[in-house]
Amino acid sequence: MWDTFKLIALGVVAVFAAIAANYARDLAYMVNALTVMLAAGLTFMWVLRNMEGERVAAPANEYLDGVVRAGVIATAGWGVVGFLVGVIIAAQLAWPVLNFSDAAQGYLNFGKLRPLHTSAVIFAFGGNALIATSFYVVQRSCATRLWGGNLAWFVFWGYNLFIVLAASGYILGATHSKEYAEPEWHVDLWLTIVWVAYLAVYLGTIMRRREPHIYVANWFYLSFIVTIAMLHIINNLAVPVSVFGSKSVQLFGGVQDAMTQWWYGHNAVGFFLTAGFLGMMYYFIPKQAERPVYSYKLSIIHFWALIFMYIWAGPHHLHYTALPEWAATLGMVFSIMLWMPSWGGMINGLMTLSGAWDKLRTDPILRMMVVAVGFYGMATFEGPMMSIKAVNSLSHYTDWTIGHVHSGALGWNGMITFGALYYLTPRLWGRERLYSLPAVSWHFWLATIGLVLYASSMWVSGIMEGLMWREVDSQGFLVNAFADTVIAKYPMLIVRTLGGVFFLAGGVVMCWNLWATVARQPRVADTRVAVPAE
Amino acid sequence: MADPTSDDPAAGGPGADGPGAGDPRPAAPAAAPTATPTAREAEVAENMGVSATDPHTSPANPENRISVGRRAADAENAEQILQNAPEAIIGVRPGHGARKPVRRKPGKQPVEVASTGHSWDGIEEYDNPLPRWWLWTFYATIIWAIGYVIAFPAIPLVTKATEGLLGRTTRNEVAADIQRFDAANAPIQARLTSVDLAAIKDDPELMNYAGNAGAAVFRTWCAQCHGSGAAGASGYPNLLDNDWLWGGTIEDIHTTLLHGIRSPDDPDTRYSEMPRFGLDELLDDAQIRQVTQYVLSLSGQPHDAAAAGAGATVFAEQCTACHLEDGTGDRAQGAPDLTDAVWLYGRDGQADAATIQRIVHDGPFGVMPAWSDRLSEADIRAVASYVHGLGGGE
Repeated sequence: MWDTFKLIALGVVAVFAAIAANYARDLAYMVNALTVMLAAGLTFMWVLRNMEGERVAAPANEYLDGVVRAGVIATAGWGVVGFLVGVIIAAQLAWPVLNFSDAAQGYLNFGKLRPLHTSAVIFAFGGNALIATSFYVVQRSCATRLWGGNLAWFVFWGYNLFIVLAASGYILGATHSKEYAEPEWHVDLWLTIVWVAYLAVYLGTIMRRREPHIYVANWFYLSFIVTIAMLHIINNLAVPVSVFGSKSVQLFGGVQDAMTQWWYGHNAVGFFLTAGFLGMMYYFIPKQAERPVYSYKLSIIHFWALIFMYIWAGPHHLHYTALPEWAATLGMVFSIMLWMPSWGGMINGLMTLSGAWDKLRTDPILRMMVVAVGFYGMATFEGPMMSIKAVNSLSHYTDWTIGHVHSGALGWNGMITFGALYYLTPRLWGRERLYSLPAVSWHFWLATIGLVLYASSMWVSGIMEGLMWREVDSQGFLVNAFADTVIAKYPMLIVRTLGGVFFLAGGVVMCWNLWATVARQPRVADTRVAVPAE
Repeated sequence: MADPTSDDPAAGGPGADGPGAGDPRPAAPAAAPTATPTAREAEVAENMGVSATDPHTSPANPENRISVGRRAADAENAEQILQNAPEAIIGVRPGHGARKPVRRKPGKQPVEVASTGHSWDGIEEYDNPLPRWWLWTFYATIIWAIGYVIAFPAIPLVTKATEGLLGRTTRNEVAADIQRFDAANAPIQARLTSVDLAAIKDDPELMNYAGNAGAAVFRTWCAQCHGSGAAGASGYPNLLDNDWLWGGTIEDIHTTLLHGIRSPDDPDTRYSEMPRFGLDELLDDAQIRQVTQYVLSLSGQPHDAAAAGAGATVFAEQCTACHLEDGTGDRAQGAPDLTDAVWLYGRDGQADAATIQRIVHDGPFGVMPAWSDRLSEADIRAVASYVHGLGGGE
């Protein structure tokens, strides 16, 4: 009965997608509609083929780990794709000829690939990592199976369909032109549906937990899910020009639009890349270090302070613009007050290792996690500093911002995700251990060296750029042309590309290691059983 | 470690108030997931002083592998470590015991910090207090924020925001900065716009000012096409050489700047267009090849003499109206001199037969904007003087 209903729904979706593709007003919309048709059709066939035969109820005392396994594969795969596109656009900035504008008809231009890179690393790599780890952590820390049956699978496939729709749309020209919120209205609507399902799975699992308290990691994951839903909906309010076209008109205009966009943009950093990943940190560091969390009090205080402060800090992205000065001031002072709440997570992560620091000698996975927390601390000091108006007048629009973002993204989000993937893979596939610890060390050093090259070159380049832009002579005339700063940055752009190559190489080593862990080792243990801890 | 039996979940904690007996929750499995330890593992556990059956410490659990290896290495090296250790730490057993005292004050015994008693999937939490320095820095940032909010524009009210005790805004600061330079430059700008253009170069003070101001204007508005060094690019004239399309006196440059070249917005713009000989089928391909060879011969470049001979006729019929009979061009129409070695199109200032052929065939032309609406007269005069002084000025 339920399957019949699913078949009808999928059939209707496929037919409507075909109709939409037929009437499509632009190429991006048509390709998106065809993708949806294909996805609905394939799911239809899959449901149909699995209708026959005994339906075996999922054992209630086993964790639902299949979707986490799929998430681990997606995270690793999207990660390498995102890093690769990053290396390509870094090289395009140093050597514009690599745009291949004539040969590729502009489809490989920096402007098209740049949102592809940011979405691939933040939403595809980071998002899949968050969904997979949150499903793993919430089951273990609540000692119960995921709520909602196969709804978790819908979240996984639905989210990855969103990524494919968004990415193909960028290349074919469908974009809101809002940073980190580029997908057009129809893709936004789809993500909203997926996200509500994600929230339902997550809340449902927490509500039927078999532990008296909710673990701190789950607070962070939950704040991430709830806030991203709010940010996504409000920043993407738009009226489509046609139901059969990808173009839409934003609800907000002018400086209101800019403010909404950076309220969204900054909190995407705050709740997607900070709160969500802190949830990851709070589970995987104590597990890998086999040590208790340092301070329960600190986790409470810094959690509430963090989520209260972060939501106000967005205007610091709009210093010295049309934004009223009072709004800029508020953004700046909340950013400063955010410093310590951010560092609370770092302290709790690092101090959890007290009594286990010697493990860093032998355990490269733990080393990765510690470096992640270190970069988190550095980026969350740098951020408040750059939000100060006087500093921002130097750093804004320069490569310093790019360096700041990447020391957070590569150092914190990347490294903690790598650590989590190394932790998860042997356990999820029931293997005794990772295939190669030396390969993890290689990955660690490749990623760290890449990161240092990237961040330091962008610091030098950004500060140089800022100083050159603002330099005036005694009569008040600018000393440098914009092109002069571009020429001056050239060596730094090459160093940055090299850093990216190192980081990408580390990612490839990781993929090989994870693959070998599963493919080249026998299955030994079963970790699926839900055991409430005491 | 906390006593694993102290807090039985089955007895029902504060969170166990879910649905009743019919609840299809997973049942707690009968056995712990860790396999039964072998005799060898039990022996290792005993040597380490830990429980072989507790999954968090048992050597049988693969998750404890690192910990087991570390302790074995420590035990092996214990003797050596003790011998080399400084006096102060002798007597302290390194790395042993699951929990290390975290707070030590002089004169006090190390205090064992209590756990909160929570445990999730084996993760416990210490009940450590907030670090003092953390708390006080947090308070300091809040106090600083309050002070800043009082001093600067911050709180939106009904009609406008608070202005702050200091009365300073970033906009005012920028405006004051610009005002200061404008006031300082006003007298010399007035002089620059009033003197005769040709007289600027005789006044060292004006030349100094026009050099700085003109260079700044050039870098901001002109460098995009002409290059920050003014050397131009293919299709964009080089301003450093003596070859001028529309004239190289300071008056000519000034007029070009004011009205632009083929600028659609300016009725007084400099205007001319080379015919599209190929596209409009004014000449056939053979004639275009011939006239190309003739043009190459004008500047003494390698060419096909026979074709050039035939091309001379074509040139005389089609090209001399603008480029003149000797090919030296006409500045009144912006027609380039074809006898010199300077080429507007082509790579690195060199033109080959293919490029010239394309020019004759397609008749391309460039556009320069008129600047009279965008720059002040003083700025235009300054940049005219700057360009004139770059080396090619007449």
